[in-house]
Amino acid sequence: MASINQNAYTSALPDFRNLGILLRMLLIVNVGAIGAAVVRAPTLAAAWTELVELSAVVQPIFIVILLALVALARFLRRLPFALGAVAVAALAVGITLGLIDVMEHTYLRDQTLGGSPYRHGLLALLTTVMLLVYFDLRGRALSPAIAEARLQALQARIRPHFLFNSINAVLSLIRQDPRRAEGALEDLADLFRVVMGDNRELSPISREIELCRQYLDLEQLRLGDRLKVVWRIDKMPPDALIPPLLLQPLLENAVYHGIEPRVEPGEICIDIYTLRNRLHAVLRNPYSREGDHHAGNKMALGNIRERLQLHFDAEATLDTRVGEDSYQVHIVLPYVKGSEAKA
Amino acid sequence: MSEPLRIMIVDDEAPARARLRDVLADCAADMALEVVGEAGTARDAVDVLAASPADVILLDIRMPEMDGIELAQHLQKLPQPPAIVFTTAYDAYAIRAFEVHAVDYLLKPIRASRLKEALQRAAPLRTPTPAALRELSKGAPAFLSAQERGRIHLIPVDDVVYLKAELKYVTVRTAAREYLIEDALARLEQEFGERFVRVHRNCLVARAAVRGFERATGEAEGHWLVLLEGCDEKLAVSRRQQHIVRELGRP
Repeated sequence: MASINQNAYTSALPDFRNLGILLRMLLIVNVGAIGAAVVRAPTLAAAWTELVELSAVVQPIFIVILLALVALARFLRRLPFALGAVAVAALAVGITLGLIDVMEHTYLRDQTLGGSPYRHGLLALLTTVMLLVYFDLRGRALSPAIAEARLQALQARIRPHFLFNSINAVLSLIRQDPRRAEGALEDLADLFRVVMGDNRELSPISREIELCRQYLDLEQLRLGDRLKVVWRIDKMPPDALIPPLLLQPLLENAVYHGIEPRVEPGEICIDIYTLRNRLHAVLRNPYSREGDHHAGNKMALGNIRERLQLHFDAEATLDTRVGEDSYQVHIVLPYVKGSEAKA
Repeated sequence: MSEPLRIMIVDDEAPARARLRDVLADCAADMALEVVGEAGTARDAVDVLAASPADVILLDIRMPEMDGIELAQHLQKLPQPPAIVFTTAYDAYAIRAFEVHAVDYLLKPIRASRLKEALQRAAPLRTPTPAALRELSKGAPAFLSAQERGRIHLIPVDDVVYLKAELKYVTVRTAAREYLIEDALARLEQEFGERFVRVHRNCLVARAAVRGFERATGEAEGHWLVLLEGCDEKLAVSRRQQHIVRELGRP
C-alpha cells in the first residue's frame, strides 16, 4: 500500500514559468510598493507622486529580475532547494544593485535615490526572502491537497447509478449475446481500474479518449439509439498530457443530464484541438431546463476545476455555457507534451 | 393457482426489459405468470395497459418525460389499479421513502428469488397509497390524467389551454379537445404555481396561451375577455381579477 507519507512535502522553488506564480509575485511587489509610498508620503495625494517615482525605479528592476528568473527557471529548479533559494536571492540583489547603478548614471542623475546602494540591496534581499517564504508556505498548504486529489478523483467517480445499470445491462446480454457481454465487462473493468487507480499524475490524452470510448460504449449498451456521439479529434495532439479522468466525468454528466431525460435521440459532441499552444476541449450535449436536478453536476464540475487548479494554477480554465437547448463545457489548459513533463 | 398473474414491464432501457423478461421466465417455473405487455415510456405504458390489462406492473423509476412515480399516480385513477412494484438501479432518496411507506421495490440487477417474493406479495394486489406517492414525487407532474371508460388519458401540462371548475369536476381544455378530471381547482393552482393565472373564481388559464384581451359587448359590457391561443373560446375575466389585464395585456 502506498502510504500517505510518500507525499511528505519537500521544499522546492516555485515554477517561475507559471503564469499564476508570476501574477502573484507581481501583485505582492506592487502592493509592497504602494504600502511604501503611503508610508513615505505626508498626505494621500503626495502618495501618488511618491508611487510614480518609486515605480520608475522598482518596476524596471522587478521586470528584469522576473525575465531572468523565467529564463533560468529550468536550471534553478534542478538545484537543491537551499542552493536554488540562495541563487534566486543573489540574482535579485545583483540585478537590483546593477540596475540602480545604471539608473543613477542615466535618467535618475538629477534625483537622489537616497541612502547607500546597500540599502537597496538589502530591500531586494528582504523582498526576495519574503516571496520565497510565501511560496514555500503556499506549497505546503497545497501539498496535502495533491494527495487528496487522488481521493477526490474517487469522489468525482462514476455514479453508482451508472454502475448498477451497466451491470444490469451486461446481465441481460449474458444469455443472448455472451460475446458482447464479455466485451462490456472488459470495458467496465478497464474503467474501474482507472477510477480506482492513482490519478495524481498527468496522463496522455489518448488514454483518456480510450477510456471515454469504453465508457460511452457501455452507455450505448443501455441507451441504444438514444445516444449519438460525435468525435472531432483529428486536430488533437495524442501526446498532450492532461489530468486523468478529466473528460470522462463530464461525459457522464452529459449522458445523465442530456441524454437520459430525453425520449428522442440526443447527440454528445466532443471537440478537442490545440490553439496557440493551448489545448481546448469542448463538450456539448442537449439540455432542457425542465425536470433536472443539478447537484451531481455541480459536484463533478467543482472537482474538475479544483484538479485543474492544482495542476495548472491560473493557466487552465473551465467554462460552462447553458444555451437555449444545449449545455457546453469548455476547458482550456496548457499544452504539455508527453516528453516534456518527464524532464 | 387458477389464473396466471398478468405482468407488465415498464423501463426506458431495452436491456433492462430483456433482463426482466429472462428473470420472469425463470420465475414462471414456480408460479403461474405471463408477461402481457412491455413499454419503454410512461405514455406507451398507458396505451399498452388499455389494450391488455395487467395485475402487476414492474415500473422503473427514472425514465425520461415522466418518471415511474408520476405514472403510478396517474394509474391509480383506473377502476382497478394494478399493483405496482418499483424497480431502480440506485436512488438513495427513493429507497428511504419506499421503506417509510412500505412501497414494494426491487433493486436492479434483480434476482429471480427477490422478484418471486415481490410477485407473491403483490398477488393479493398491493398498490402504493396516494399519500405515499405524493410524498415520493419531485416537483409538479408533467401530465394531467383523465379516466374515461376504464382507461387513462394523459394530458401533457404543456398542452393545457385552460382549467375550468365545474360542479364535481375540472374541465381540462387543450387545443384538440376537452377532458374531465376529478380534482380541485385550488389544488391545481397550488401545484402548478406560476404556469397558470386565475382569470375567474372558476377558471385558470395557461399564461403561455394568453393571446390578448378584449372588451365584452352586449349585456356583460365593460367586462374583459381573454383571447386564447389554439382555442376560439373567449373567457370572462372577473372584476376581482381585472388587474391581470394590465399585467399580461401589454407585451
